[in-house]
Amino acid sequence: MSFTKLTASAVALAVSATAVAARDNIHIAGSSTVLPYASIVAEAFGENTDFPTPVVESGGSSAGLKKFCQGVGENYTDIANASRRIKDKEIAACAENGVTDIIEVRIGYDGIVFASQANGPAFAAFTPSDIFNALAPKVMVDGALADNPYTQWSDFNADLPAVDILAFIPGTKHGTREVFEEKVIAAGCEATGAFEAMLDAGMSEDEAENACLEVRTDGRSVDIDGDYTETLASIDANANAIGVFGLAFYENNTDKLKLASMSGVMPSTETIASGAYPVSRPLYFYLKKAHIGVIPGLKLFAQFFVADELAGPDGPLAQYGLVSDPKLAETQALVEAEVTLN
Amino acid sequence: MTDTNASRTAPKASLLTIDSHTKRRQAAEKRFRVYGIVAIVIGMLFLAVLAVSIIRSGLPAFTKTIVEVEFTLTQDEFDAAEKQLFKTKAYAGYFNAALLTKLREQGLDVEVDAKAIERILGKTGGTIREFYRANTEQIGQPVAFKLAAASRVDGYFKGRVSRDTLQDSRFMQLSDLDLVDALYSAGIIRQVFNWTFITGADSGVDNPGGAGIGASVVGSFFMMLVVLGLSLPIGVAASIYLEEFAPQNRITDFIEVNISNLAAVPSIVYGILGLSIFIQVMHLPQSAPLVGGLVLTLMTLPRIIIPARAALKAVPPSIRDAALGVGASKVQTVFHHVLPLATPGILTGLIIGLGQALGETAPLLLIGMVGFVARGYPDGFIAGFTDPNSAMPAQIYTWAARADVGFYEKAWGGIIILLIFLLTMNILAVILRRKFERRW
Repeated sequence: MSFTKLTASAVALAVSATAVAARDNIHIAGSSTVLPYASIVAEAFGENTDFPTPVVESGGSSAGLKKFCQGVGENYTDIANASRRIKDKEIAACAENGVTDIIEVRIGYDGIVFASQANGPAFAAFTPSDIFNALAPKVMVDGALADNPYTQWSDFNADLPAVDILAFIPGTKHGTREVFEEKVIAAGCEATGAFEAMLDAGMSEDEAENACLEVRTDGRSVDIDGDYTETLASIDANANAIGVFGLAFYENNTDKLKLASMSGVMPSTETIASGAYPVSRPLYFYLKKAHIGVIPGLKLFAQFFVADELAGPDGPLAQYGLVSDPKLAETQALVEAEVTLN
Repeated sequence: MTDTNASRTAPKASLLTIDSHTKRRQAAEKRFRVYGIVAIVIGMLFLAVLAVSIIRSGLPAFTKTIVEVEFTLTQDEFDAAEKQLFKTKAYAGYFNAALLTKLREQGLDVEVDAKAIERILGKTGGTIREFYRANTEQIGQPVAFKLAAASRVDGYFKGRVSRDTLQDSRFMQLSDLDLVDALYSAGIIRQVFNWTFITGADSGVDNPGGAGIGASVVGSFFMMLVVLGLSLPIGVAASIYLEEFAPQNRITDFIEVNISNLAAVPSIVYGILGLSIFIQVMHLPQSAPLVGGLVLTLMTLPRIIIPARAALKAVPPSIRDAALGVGASKVQTVFHHVLPLATPGILTGLIIGLGQALGETAPLLLIGMVGFVARGYPDGFIAGFTDPNSAMPAQIYTWAARADVGFYEKAWGGIIILLIFLLTMNILAVILRRKFERRW
């Protein structure tokens, strides 16, 4: 066996591969919440057009946008999926690397639901205050701010079952966490009067807002950094626990989970589309205008994604659990005209 | 002659009676043997539990539920479908309508409606369109299609879904199961061996019936080619130089320490390196087995160099002395005498290194091989290295994280395929090692 020959051929191979330029497939990265929808569209795109099936990476909204903002060219992703809007900071980071013309496409809405084991205790109705009382490190007790004394749900709301508090919530790297904090914890903080009490105690508004979003660290609130499957496994193992899921994930696992309402509204595609269910968020993807015309089929993919046949109320995305956007036509026009941010 | 000293020091016990000291020693020996057996039994038990659970959870992946129907597509329908944006949905629509008419004609004693058929059939449009695009002469002819049933129908036959646990949802309703039962007894729905799983590529999250591991097996294969082609020559050359030629000084000591350190570096670190060097500086394609292979080569190298050096060191010095004694040069000594004797040891190291590389997911995360990569098979040998593809462990990881339970069994089935791949690789290595083995 000649080592020199082997090495030489391996090196030659690497060099020849470098020469093979011109990426012919669309490259997408970002939110794990958008990933299922993007994969459905990518598969359909590969089946319905002559372009190759796009590659969709997971990894989270922030990681996806970071990758997206690293530069323009074939070696950088074309599309970033995000379960939240792009931040000004990220737009600035993009601009620094020459990524300027960004097209923002809203594909629909996602509901965030609270669910527990299907045959577990009866968690039927929550309010943001309940979740805040259960998970915050400091809550209102007898009109004053105190360290959270509650160990059971029934301690603060007699309608809830008398079981130990245990909640599996999305970890800080999830886009879901922000919605959870903003629409549930912060709302609960204000509704219980804790926010007022913090301000009265001499905190500035910013400090109070941040203090509101903290969760207790005594093990009753557990951050899940993985996917919803990990949350489901934790719920499976803890009969008394509640978990935070996406509506689509719940609908795929109705035999194992049961839903609780929030502020009296049961989550469903209808209540989320109408805005009645409070904990929902828009889902986006971001597209580099500079890549349109360079990467084959990129614009068609964007149009395909938001077409009525895909993202509309009867399309496969809605079938899987996406709450379709009532203003989809506007988004379609925006993609058609390649309207960029700002 | 009285030897008082001797009588005092002489052992009171004879060899035939066992004293307490000997007893203790023998007991300790026995205990140790029991520990050993217990350790082995525990190990085997874990292995058995693992094997049983993998096979039990993974076997369902190798069967699938299909709906077999004869269907004729007219030229007009073909043209109309091809004009639409979402063509596959149009094909699925024609197929569903044909099935509905057929079932009404057959007169099943359960109610059939279009929505129920849509729920029972999986995503069929892609398969139908692909068939007619490849076989345009079949348009207008009756063709017997075998199409994957929906995930929950499949789950019903595999025990994942039952009448007791099924909740009415838009995916499946309780009444649909009556229809499924009727179709099953009519022979339209049946279970077959799942070739798609072995030969196919990944599918969208709403289509577990169409998911296959074949494409990622090819991805792993090309990655292993790169790892083998680079890490074997580089690793062996490095270890021969360090072991046989390099002078003993601070620099070589420093290199040695660092090789040992590199072997312990977490694999994700190599992924970051791969992203920043191979993709962003060298502009190699993303998600390509070539880059995956390069990253895994970096990871595998120290793990090959260390056992290779140990194997070289284990060759008796007398062999070298004899070769040098009869006038061989240093290079001749190494390549004609030392290296052949060290080959079995080097191969063992190589196999452990490759096995680790084959199962590695973490470094692939950062170079874009984990996620939804469903391009199918590469067009040629070179394209195999550069076309986006996934790898087996990455594919398994992706499936395990999906919401539809249908993918869960696919993940376990993927593990079975991965283990078969690994076993084949190991058997090859054992055969090679036997061939090279020499005793002295």
